Amino acid sequence: MTAALRFDPIRLPEKCEQLRKEVRAFLAEEIAGGTFDPHKPNREDTDVPEFSRKVGARGWLGMTWPKKYGGQERSFLERYVVTEEMRVANAPTRRFFVADRQSGPVLLKYAPEHIKMDILPRICRGEICFAIGMSEPNSGSDLFAAKTRATKTDGGYLINGTKIWTSSAHIADYMIAIFRTSPPTKENRRHGLTQFLVKMKQPGIKVNPIGQITGQYEFNEVVFTDHFIPDDHVLGEVDGAWKQATSELAYERSGPERFLETYYVLTELVRAVGPNPDTRSAEGIGRLVAQLHTMRRMSVSVAGMLQAGKEPVVEASIVKDIGTVWEQQLPHRVRDLAAFVEETATNRETLERQLDFAIKTAPKLTIQGGTTEVLRGIIARGLGLR
Amino acid sequence: MVESDNIVVETAEKIFADLADPQTINNDKKNSWQAPLWQALSEAGLPLSWVPDDLGGSGASLADGFALLNAAGRFAVAVPLAETMLAGWLLAQARIASPEGEMTVVPASPKDRITIDGDGALSGRARGVPFAKAAKHFAVLAHGKDGVSIALVDASKVRTEPGLNVGYDHSDTVTLDKVQPVTVKPAPKGVDQTTLMLMGGVARSLQIAGALESMLDISVRYSNERVAFEKKISKFQAVQHNLARLAGESAAALAAATSAADAIANAKSFGDEVYLEAASAKIRCAEAAEKGGGIAHQVHGAIGFTIEHILHRYSLRALAWRDDFGSESYWAVELGKLVAVRGADELWPLVASR
Repeated sequence: MTAALRFDPIRLPEKCEQLRKEVRAFLAEEIAGGTFDPHKPNREDTDVPEFSRKVGARGWLGMTWPKKYGGQERSFLERYVVTEEMRVANAPTRRFFVADRQSGPVLLKYAPEHIKMDILPRICRGEICFAIGMSEPNSGSDLFAAKTRATKTDGGYLINGTKIWTSSAHIADYMIAIFRTSPPTKENRRHGLTQFLVKMKQPGIKVNPIGQITGQYEFNEVVFTDHFIPDDHVLGEVDGAWKQATSELAYERSGPERFLETYYVLTELVRAVGPNPDTRSAEGIGRLVAQLHTMRRMSVSVAGMLQAGKEPVVEASIVKDIGTVWEQQLPHRVRDLAAFVEETATNRETLERQLDFAIKTAPKLTIQGGTTEVLRGIIARGLGLR
Repeated sequence: MVESDNIVVETAEKIFADLADPQTINNDKKNSWQAPLWQALSEAGLPLSWVPDDLGGSGASLADGFALLNAAGRFAVAVPLAETMLAGWLLAQARIASPEGEMTVVPASPKDRITIDGDGALSGRARGVPFAKAAKHFAVLAHGKDGVSIALVDASKVRTEPGLNVGYDHSDTVTLDKVQPVTVKPAPKGVDQTTLMLMGGVARSLQIAGALESMLDISVRYSNERVAFEKKISKFQAVQHNLARLAGESAAALAAATSAADAIANAKSFGDEVYLEAASAKIRCAEAAEKGGGIAHQVHGAIGFTIEHILHRYSLRALAWRDDFGSESYWAVELGKLVAVRGADELWPLVASR
């Protein structure tokens, strides 16, 4: 057999269900208290520092990290439950999500001890927001074409250049970015990039908001002009950033956020259709639910395999590929079925408003964090085609 | 792929490799492979995997039996193994012993209904019954005024009109006209036609998932051999991306089917959660059979469209299996109704409960 893909039927352990109840109760309280409206995915107030601190206080940020850094040493399956419940409730996770999923684990692995002791507990308390500085005006999917320079100077580096499409840079306290410290070599075009921890809101960094087709301004252009970064903010090997993107990518690719981004339109459709759907609506809903359930079972399976110390890299890429394509198509399939919803449905306006936003959101879902084309290239490599 | 970490699957895979090699079978125009294969499977006790020892079977667990069906799908096995397993399972629910030889289940569609009268005679018509023509006995689920009964019926007492599904396997119409069964007993609480359809649907889902694994395997291999425009076609990005999508469909089918199998194997009863799992598996696997099989053919080009090539043994059978025990359209309507009745705010809790 060429490719033995594995999707073991992993079940979340019992302690996850207790945690799920706690998360649901917390979210219900926050909704009742007016912190956020679960029916409004297009809210303007996606940055809610108070909510972020409350989630931190519950011990739900950095929950898999060592206790000495503020973590809880809980399992990735427990984190999975927190993530999916937040996502389904449309909770305002923007402020902490990147730090919790991506930046914290990078720091844990590559930052010097004093930086870990300084920053990780603040992530766990929900106090700080992270951005990721990967793309540049002429380097998106082709990460290793990055040109923004980090020039060695006394005690550190001077940064010059521009990052782009940087989500949350306008509110972020830190960014983890890759900069060019050496030119690529003939043998290895990936050589010469180094990962850095950047403190935002400092001299030499200018953040310019970029409007999106949804009407929001959540990504940015970040311009560096002789911005100084001290030596101890280098993360990992100088010139060796390409070696550092390994299995944590699997966590990033296969989480519940990779298929639940537009889930709210399905809930609202079921509400609009009511308890006695016609055959077409029932069939349409049934298919979507079957696809959703399958996606989730795949995603949980990858989470379980990761927790067990395996490295299901291809499986994780598959989850992101079909998950993001699914969540992109979902608003359109729901729209197909919404055409038959009775005029009298009480949530008709909510559904229409949500669809309007979801349809505008959909195009980005197969682009952000690795395009479909890049993912399929990774899968193809895993199949032995490249 | 479900790892062969149990003796049932190991035994089966060895038999399939020896006696059900797809290329050998495909070259054999006289079907002379069928009898030795069935004999070997029977001697190993595999067709009666789900029948307890005291009822004449080999008493394997539900989980092992499901893994066996996944393996059978990987070889596109075209003898009534799944059907006999399901029949034995159904009979065992009513503590009816299984006879030797091929069996199948009646009905095999949620829309057909067999009735039982006061004298214990069975009547009704069932379409699309897999391997009815080859079966020596039928396990029949029948409705009467006292509820649901399970019966063992001698195939010679029943009129069978032969037919073929799109995979060239027998899919026949069975008519019972006041047929006296060999044995009949009331079905235990919780076992009804829906239960049988969900079990059958999960069996077919596992077979489809297995067939897709093999289609991925032979498509990848072919793309690494076939040269066009002076390079292996696996080096073309368009081909790579098609194969990546096939891997996705194969993965989705495998995940849905093995999850549903695990759900049934560990369930105390067939509640909404098992319904979600089993119906979803049939829906998603059927979709994958269409999308994934289509890609496998596209990668192979004309050679895969020839009757000499083995691809159709997997692709057509996977398409045919969609129709048994309720199509994806049927299950989608039923699952949609279930979700609608539970209400919008109960959808996520149901999904998250799995």
